[in-house]
Amino acid sequence: MAKDVMIRLVDVTKQFPGAADLAVDGLSLEVGRGQFVTLVGPSGCGKTTTLKMINRIIEPTSGSILIDGRNSLASPAHELRRSIGYVIQQIGLFPHRTIAQNIATVPMLLGWEQPRIDGRVAELADTVGLEDEMLARYPAELSGGQQQRVGVARALAADPPILLADEPFGAVDPIVRTRLQQEFRDLQERLGKTVVFVTHDVDEAIFLGDRMAILNVGGILEQFDTPENILANPGSEFVESFLGGERGLKRLGLLPVTGAELKWGPFVDVSASPTVARATLEEHDVDWLGLLDGTRLLGWVDGSSLDGRSLVDHEPRPFLVTLSSDSSLRTALDAVVTGHARVAVVVDDGVYRGMLDLESIAEEITE
Amino acid sequence: MILAQQTMPLFDWSWVGRNLDTIWDRTLEHLRLTGFALVVGLALSIALAALALRKPRTYEPITAVTGIMYTIPSLAVFALARPWFGIGFVTAEIALVSYTLLILIRNIVAGINGVPPGVREAALGMGYRDGERLRRIEFPLALPVIVAGLRIATVTVIGLVTVTSLLGLGGLGFFILDGIRRSVIFPTGIIVGVVLSVALAAILDLVLLAVGRILTPWTRRGAV
Amino acid sequence: MDQEGCRLMEFISEVVVWFSEDGRWTGSDGILPRTVEHLWLAILPMMIAAALALPIGVWLGHRRIGEFAANAVVNIGRAIPSFGLIILSGVFFLRAGVSLRFWPAVVALVALAIPPIFTNAYAAIVTVPQETVEAARGMGLTEGAILRQVEIPVGSAVILAGVRISFIQVLATVPLAAVLSSGGGLGQYVVRGFAQGVGARAEVFAGALLIALLTLAADWAFSSSERFLLPEGIRRLRPEEVKAAASVS
Repeated sequence: MAKDVMIRLVDVTKQFPGAADLAVDGLSLEVGRGQFVTLVGPSGCGKTTTLKMINRIIEPTSGSILIDGRNSLASPAHELRRSIGYVIQQIGLFPHRTIAQNIATVPMLLGWEQPRIDGRVAELADTVGLEDEMLARYPAELSGGQQQRVGVARALAADPPILLADEPFGAVDPIVRTRLQQEFRDLQERLGKTVVFVTHDVDEAIFLGDRMAILNVGGILEQFDTPENILANPGSEFVESFLGGERGLKRLGLLPVTGAELKWGPFVDVSASPTVARATLEEHDVDWLGLLDGTRLLGWVDGSSLDGRSLVDHEPRPFLVTLSSDSSLRTALDAVVTGHARVAVVVDDGVYRGMLDLESIAEEITE
Repeated sequence: MILAQQTMPLFDWSWVGRNLDTIWDRTLEHLRLTGFALVVGLALSIALAALALRKPRTYEPITAVTGIMYTIPSLAVFALARPWFGIGFVTAEIALVSYTLLILIRNIVAGINGVPPGVREAALGMGYRDGERLRRIEFPLALPVIVAGLRIATVTVIGLVTVTSLLGLGGLGFFILDGIRRSVIFPTGIIVGVVLSVALAAILDLVLLAVGRILTPWTRRGAV
Repeated sequence: MDQEGCRLMEFISEVVVWFSEDGRWTGSDGILPRTVEHLWLAILPMMIAAALALPIGVWLGHRRIGEFAANAVVNIGRAIPSFGLIILSGVFFLRAGVSLRFWPAVVALVALAIPPIFTNAYAAIVTVPQETVEAARGMGLTEGAILRQVEIPVGSAVILAGVRISFIQVLATVPLAAVLSSGGGLGQYVVRGFAQGVGARAEVFAGALLIALLTLAADWAFSSSERFLLPEGIRRLRPEEVKAAASVS
């Protein structure tokens, strides 16, 4: 069990000189290998201070931090930091170095040979989605989103087992931020790094983390669990109010549509006879019919327009709400409500999977 | 001081032609005096700036003292140093060097402090030690401001070197002093001294500007 | 006491003797009249330079033109050796048959004083936030009123810094005028003494001491009076900016 713990904070305390209160008061936390843990809380809760104590940018006043079983104070700070990736909100790319040189920072500090460095830089550029021709540019020539991607690449350059992130997407505009969040999560899934991620945005934490640590002022740990569990069962009033309103909806955001029971619904193959068509309409007691071509979805037709002609002659209309099977229930609900539709169809690459209506979504919520 | 009442014609080209080697020697002397002052001044300033950056409370006293050195006219500094250091190179350099300190120290400190905090923190987080960080990250980024200060210091020192003529040196200032003290005043020398002095200042300023640009390629690339 | 110490004592006593000589302070060549001359040789050029440079700098800044000139002026001003400027001025006045005691130095010093005053006046006005100016314009103030009631007060710290820098520079250059004549304020002691060699070493040192003290005192006096000269709101709100402005040039 101990082997699987990558970062262990034991009763860590931080008191800043001249401050009346403790910034962090006896925090104990365990981060498992390969886990993505988010530290969330209001300002003053010590989440950034805690993060910075892991790589010793800030030194703990008391308590200990074990990294992969070893005390973080055992080796010199700068050596420890070279084995931990660090991404910050201001990004902090070195303006006087090219993108390639920025990414190569830690490998250079570690003394890698140039060919190995070059190869790694190219590999990382690919991983975070940077074009090759950007490598020779300077940070000032890149947009905020691109810069932060470089920041992430730079943090991963020496392939550290741990990645620390301090509100890395805070300085980027919302549209880009959503994309970066998605890419970051995908990246972590692929690389399997142990990540500690600080954010003040609850939704970001819910989206990204395997586990959320909710901190109160003074570094008090209020709850540490998976986002689903916390949303379903907030441990205290503080947690409840911190999670904000629409907790139920947030939880829905974590549930995929495939978790709900998809109905097949009134869908027939386009080659079916008018008799079968009418029968299906009656069976489902609806006034519309979904048309399929084998497994592919074509659209729907109005029940009243069926007049005995073969189905092929009808012009199928597209569904208002179409989702993929990895969409969340929340997206489904939102789409149904926004689109004034009664159903949402789930389609993967044109292949029909099933449909959801308000009834099936409601069933999932009340479960 | 009684000066002669007669002056020679305003400008005598033939004199220039006949004395090219003297002019050249004095130009070299001027460059020597300037260069030495700047090199020593820069070295001292870097040391003092490093101290001020490490221990911020020393910044005020350091600027106060170098400020005094800056305010006292170089002529007075020559005279005050002379009883101990005599007339000559050392006395001249004491004044010249102390003049550069304030502006160089101020610019070095401002330059380093002007590095964005995010960059400094990122460098720390990557695992740079303090000394490495200062040398390889903060100092290059402070260069534009430092070079700006160096340019100002250079141009001013070149002007001050002319005053060292009163100490028997002077570089191109020699012609200025000599011109006014001759039994028949000699404007040509004075004009040569002034013009070449200005030319020297302009040239060195441009050279430093160019060197600064070369050392900082990233400042030339625009933003997206 | 060793040899070095003995020589030092000798020297110090020479200087003290020099100070205490009859008529040293109030005589025709005395310290007090020379100090007055020294200050006047600095203040008069400053007034002339300010009368020329302030209006032009402020007006150009208000109209937001002439940025290149503003930068160029201060750079050129720095490149011209003040010593050479004074001597050249002397030569021209000599050829014109005018006495060298006073005006050559004044003319040269005016030229020396203009650049910092001009550049700072320009910068002061140009950096006044445009929203402030537009708000004033929108309220119906005339251009002149905007300048007088808004731009100049807001930029006063920088303007004053420019005047101070210029003043110290001019004050420091006055001694060099002693090369031209028997003027040059307290500089006469030094220049005269240098020319006379070792015999006048006490005078040289004493003169230098007086010059140093005068310049430092003037600098201090000017900085202190900035407190009274600056508008209240500027002083209170932006101490860092005042400091930053004071380090311009």
